[in-house]
Amino acid sequence: MSENDLYIEGAPIRDEKAPEGPINERWDKRRFGAKLVNPANRRKLSVIIVGTGLAGASAAATLGEAGYKVTSFCYQDSPRRAHSIAAQGGINAAKNYRNDGDSIYRLFYDTVKGGDFRSRESNVYRLAQTSVEIIDQCVAQGVPFAREYGGLLDNRSFGGVQVSRTFYARGQTGQQLLIGAYQAQERQIAAGTVKMNTRHEMLEVIVVDGKARGIIARDMVTGEIETHFADAVVLATGGYGNVFFLSTNAMGSNVTAAWRAHRKGAHFANPCYTQIHPTCIPVSGDYQSKLTLMSESLRNDGRIWVPKVGGDDRDPRQIPEDERDYYLERIYPAFGNLVPRDIASRAAKNVCDEGRGVGPGGLGVYLDFADAIERLGRDAVEAKYGNLFDMYQRITGENPYEVPMRIYPAVHYTMGGLWVDYDLQSTIPGLFVTGEANFSDHGANRLGASALMQGLADGYFVLPNTINDYLAAGPFEPIDETHPEAVAAKADVTARIDKLLSVNGSRTVDSFHKELGHIMWDYCGMERNEEGLRKAIELIRELRAEFWRDVKVLGTNEEFNQALEKANRVADFLELGELMCIDALHRRESCGGHFRAESQTEDGEALRHDDEFAYVAAWEFGGVDSKPVLHKENLEYEYVEMKQRSYK
Amino acid sequence: MALKSAMAVTGVILVLYLIAHMYGNLKVFSGQEAFDGYAHGLRELGYPLLPESGFLWIARIVLLASVLIHIYSAVVLTLRARKARTDRYQVKKRVQRTYASYTMRYGGILIALFVIFHILHLTVNVIAPGGKSDSPYERLVGGFQPEFWYVTLFYLASVIAVGFHLRHGVWSGMATLGFNKASRQGKINTVAMAIAVVVTVGFLLPPLAVTFGLVS
Amino acid sequence: MNITLRVWRQKGRDDEGRMVTYKLTDVSPDMSFLEMLDVLNEKLTLENEDPVAFDHDCREGICGACGVVIDGEAHGPERTTTCQLHMRSFKDGDTITVEPWRATAFPVVKDLVVDRGAFDRIIQAGGFISAPTGTAPDAHANPIPKPDADRAFDAATCIGCGACVAACPNASSMLFTAAKVTHLGMLPQGQPERASRVVKMINQQDEEDFGGCTNIGECAAVCPKGIPLDTISQLNRDLLGSLSKGIG
Repeated sequence: MSENDLYIEGAPIRDEKAPEGPINERWDKRRFGAKLVNPANRRKLSVIIVGTGLAGASAAATLGEAGYKVTSFCYQDSPRRAHSIAAQGGINAAKNYRNDGDSIYRLFYDTVKGGDFRSRESNVYRLAQTSVEIIDQCVAQGVPFAREYGGLLDNRSFGGVQVSRTFYARGQTGQQLLIGAYQAQERQIAAGTVKMNTRHEMLEVIVVDGKARGIIARDMVTGEIETHFADAVVLATGGYGNVFFLSTNAMGSNVTAAWRAHRKGAHFANPCYTQIHPTCIPVSGDYQSKLTLMSESLRNDGRIWVPKVGGDDRDPRQIPEDERDYYLERIYPAFGNLVPRDIASRAAKNVCDEGRGVGPGGLGVYLDFADAIERLGRDAVEAKYGNLFDMYQRITGENPYEVPMRIYPAVHYTMGGLWVDYDLQSTIPGLFVTGEANFSDHGANRLGASALMQGLADGYFVLPNTINDYLAAGPFEPIDETHPEAVAAKADVTARIDKLLSVNGSRTVDSFHKELGHIMWDYCGMERNEEGLRKAIELIRELRAEFWRDVKVLGTNEEFNQALEKANRVADFLELGELMCIDALHRRESCGGHFRAESQTEDGEALRHDDEFAYVAAWEFGGVDSKPVLHKENLEYEYVEMKQRSYK
Repeated sequence: MALKSAMAVTGVILVLYLIAHMYGNLKVFSGQEAFDGYAHGLRELGYPLLPESGFLWIARIVLLASVLIHIYSAVVLTLRARKARTDRYQVKKRVQRTYASYTMRYGGILIALFVIFHILHLTVNVIAPGGKSDSPYERLVGGFQPEFWYVTLFYLASVIAVGFHLRHGVWSGMATLGFNKASRQGKINTVAMAIAVVVTVGFLLPPLAVTFGLVS
Repeated sequence: MNITLRVWRQKGRDDEGRMVTYKLTDVSPDMSFLEMLDVLNEKLTLENEDPVAFDHDCREGICGACGVVIDGEAHGPERTTTCQLHMRSFKDGDTITVEPWRATAFPVVKDLVVDRGAFDRIIQAGGFISAPTGTAPDAHANPIPKPDADRAFDAATCIGCGACVAACPNASSMLFTAAKVTHLGMLPQGQPERASRVVKMINQQDEEDFGGCTNIGECAAVCPKGIPLDTISQLNRDLLGSLSKGIG
C-alpha cells in the first residue's frame, strides 16, 4: 500500500472468471463451466433489474423468459423512454454480409485498437462473437432495419472503419432496438414473469452478509420509500455524462444507482474515460439544458473550418476561401474531416481556445455543405442528410442549406463505470452491472455503433448465461424489511432526503449542477492537466460543501417532487466528479477519451504510456471526504499488438 | 369493438337507400303519373315472387333495423367519448378536422327527428298541412306550397345536415371498413364529397321546385 | 421577449386543478419551450413557490416523455415534440396557455404530468412478436420487400407521447394502436400473431377508457413523427378479418 495526498493504492485486482486458452473458445468454456439452474427452480429465484434501456430491458425479457422472477425499475413513466432510444447511427455486427473481409476477429481487433488498448481482450472478443446473434434476435422481434431492394439487410461503414458492418434503421437505430427490447419485456410483464415499477428511482442497494440482496427505491409519485428484495441485483442504469450538466444524455440520466452501489463496496473503474462527440449543436445561451448530437455521418460530406483570424464576425458566406482555415484537412491530410471523434473534438477545442471559434461565446466551428451541395446537388444532400438538416434548423432557426452549420463537441458517452468481472459481476457478490453502467468493453474510447451492441450483448446473451452461476447457490436466506441492513439502508435514504429538504438555502439545484458542469468541462473535459485537475478537486469539494449548506429544495417527500429527484442525483454527481478528477490526475498519460496535456507527441497527439498505465483503475470508496483506494487490474494483450495510434 | 363496424355497414345500407330514394324523388319532374306510377311500382317489386308490398316491407324492416343499430352504436360511442374526456380543454384549436366531422352527432340528432317528421308527413300522411291525399305526388306538391315555407325550411336544413353527415360519414365508413389506404385517401375524400353534394342537391330540387311553382 | 403563461396547476391526481398566470421577461427566442419552463421554475423556486411539474427526458424529440397542450394544440403550433418547439415560434407579448393531455385514460399525476401507463398495457396485450432470446434464425433467412420494411419502419417511429389521444375529440388511442399493428403486421415475423394481436390490443384499448375512433384525423395531424392516418384503416382491415374468422 502506498499513499499520496489524493488516494491510497491498494492490492491489485483481477478478473477471476474469464477462462484461459484460445480466445475464441473462452466464452464457450465459461458457459459450460457456469453452474446451471434447473428450470423448476428458476421461479423461486428473484432478480431485481434497475433500468430499462437496451441492457436492462433485454436482460429483463430474457431472464423472464427463462423463468426467473424479475422485478424491474425505471425512473421514467414508461420503460420505453430509456435513453438508449436516442442513439442514432447504428449497431455493429460481424456478419460479413458484404463479403468485405469482416470477421469476428476483425471486429474484436478494431474494438481493442479503437479503445486505445485499455480494454480486456476476453470481453471484447465475446462482444464481437455475440454481435452476430444480436442482429438475428432483433430481426426476429420485428426491428425494421434498413433493407435493400432485394429484401436483405443494408449495411454501412461507420466511424472510420474499413468494412461495412453497421446495421441501422434510418437515424433511429437506438429507438428501434429499444422498442424491440421493450416489447419483449412487456410480453413478459403480461406473462407475469416480470413485474414493472415505473417512476421508481433506486436510492440504495441492500447488502447482507456481503451479498447484494435488494434495493431501496423511491416511488416518485407518492414519495414512498420502498424496500425490495431479491437473490441478485442487476444495475443497467447507463452512463454518468450528466456530471457535466450539458451533455447529449437525457435530462434524467444519472449516476445515483451506480454511485450508491460504489459507496456500498462496488469498485468504480476508469471514471475519467469520457467520450466527447465532435458534431453537436453548440450552446446558444446560459439557459441551455442539454446538447443535441447530430450523426457524425455529416462529416462524410461537410467540411469543417474556422476563420483564419480570430474575431472575424462576418457572415460566413462573405469570408473568402483564402481566409478560411480547414484545419482538419490541413493537419490530417490523410483522414481530413473523418478523423476519429476524440481528435476532431480536441482540434475544435484548440481552434476555439485560439479565439477563432464562431457563434455565441465563440464556442463553435463551421460545418459547411456548400461544396457538397455544389458537387452533388441540393437534392442529393437532402436525401442523405435531410432529417439532420431539419433538426438543426428547428433548434437553431438557421437554414444549413444556405448558411454553414455551427458545431461543437459535447459529452456523449462514458466508457468508465462499475468494475465487473467476465460474468458482469461487480465486487459486491450478487450485484451485476450491464451496458454503459459497467466499464468493461470499450477501454478508453468507444467506437461508433458499439454502444448498442454492448448493451444488447450484455442483456440478451452474456448476463443470462453467467448470472445462473451465482443464482445456482440460491435461493438465499429469506429476509424482510425488519432485517437490520434493510432498516439501515432505508434510514440512510430517509435521512438524506430529510436533509435535502431541510437545508432550505438560497440556491437552486440546477445552479449547483451547472456550476459543477462548468468545473468538469473546463478542467476534466477534452484536455486535462495536473494543475487544472487539482484546482477542480478543490472547487468540487467547496461546491459540495456549499450544496449541503445552501441548496434550496421546496416541497415534501410525500409528493411528486422533481426538484427533490434532481437534488438527490446532483448530490451524487458532486461526489463522482471528484473521483473522476482524481482518476484523471493519477493517469499521467493520454489514451482514448482521456487527453493529458503533459502527455502528447511533438505533433500534439495523444501519447500512451503502456509501461506504466496498461491497467484498469478500479476505485474503492474510502468515504466522503476521505481518500479512495486504487486497485489496479493489469491488462495483457496476447492477440492484438499494442501500437500508438496515428491518423496523420 | 364491433360497434364501429356495425356503424359503417348500416351506414352503407342507408347511403344506398338514400341514393335510390333521391332517384325516385326526381321522378317528380316527369309529372304526376310517372311519380305515382313509380311509387306504386315499388309495391309490385319482386311480385309475384314476393307478395304485394313484400319487397317494400323487407326494405322497411332492413332500413328500420339499420337506423336503430346506427343510432345505438352512435349513442354508445358518444357516451364512451364523453367518458374518455371528462375534463375539457380551456383552449382547443382545430388542427385539420373538417366542419362536417364536428357536426356528426348533432347533425345525426337533427336527421333522426327529421326522419320521424318526414314519415309522418309524406309517408303516413298524419301531418298534412297541404291536405291529405292518396297520391304521393299530391302529398308532395301539397306539402311544399309557399304558404308552408316553414316545412320547406325545416326540410332544407335537414337535407343539408344529411349532406354534412355524408361528407364525413362516407369517409369514416370507408376507413372503418379498411379501405382508406394512403394512395386512395384522395379519391375516397372526393367520392365522399361528391355523394354528399349529389344527395343534397338531389333532395333539395323537388321541394324547391314545388315551392317556387315549377312543379304543381 | 416578454411572455405571459397560463399554466394548469393541479397538486395531485384527485385534487382540483386551475389555471395560474405567470409573467416571464427576457425570454430568448432560441430557448426551447421546456427551457422556458426551466427558467420559470428557477424563478418560482427562488420565490418559494412550487415549481411546475412537467415530464421530459431526452429533449431531442425521441423519448416521447414530454408533451403538453399549448394554446389548444398538442405539442404546440409546430409539428414536433414540445422539447423541439422553440420560443421563436411565439411573439413578444404573447399569452400562452399550457395544459396537460386531457383524457380519462391519462390521469393527471401533477400539474402537466400525466400517467400514460395505459399505452404500456396496450402493448402488453399483444404489441410484440413472441421471439424468445436465442430462438432466432439467421437475420437473412427472411428477406422482406423494401416497401414493406419501409412502411413497417414508418409506423414503428411512434414515440408513444400520447399527442394523438390529447388531440382526438374522442380521446381515442387508435393511432397509437394502429401504428403498432401496422409495424408488426407488415413484417413476415409478425404474421403468426397478426389475427389475435389486433383483437387483444383493441380490447385492451377499450378497457382503458379511451374513446372510439371516428376517423376525424386530428391524431395524425398533430403526430410529431408523422404516423400516417391510413394505419388506422389497416388496423380496421385486420380487425374485420379477425372478427370474420371468429377471433375475438
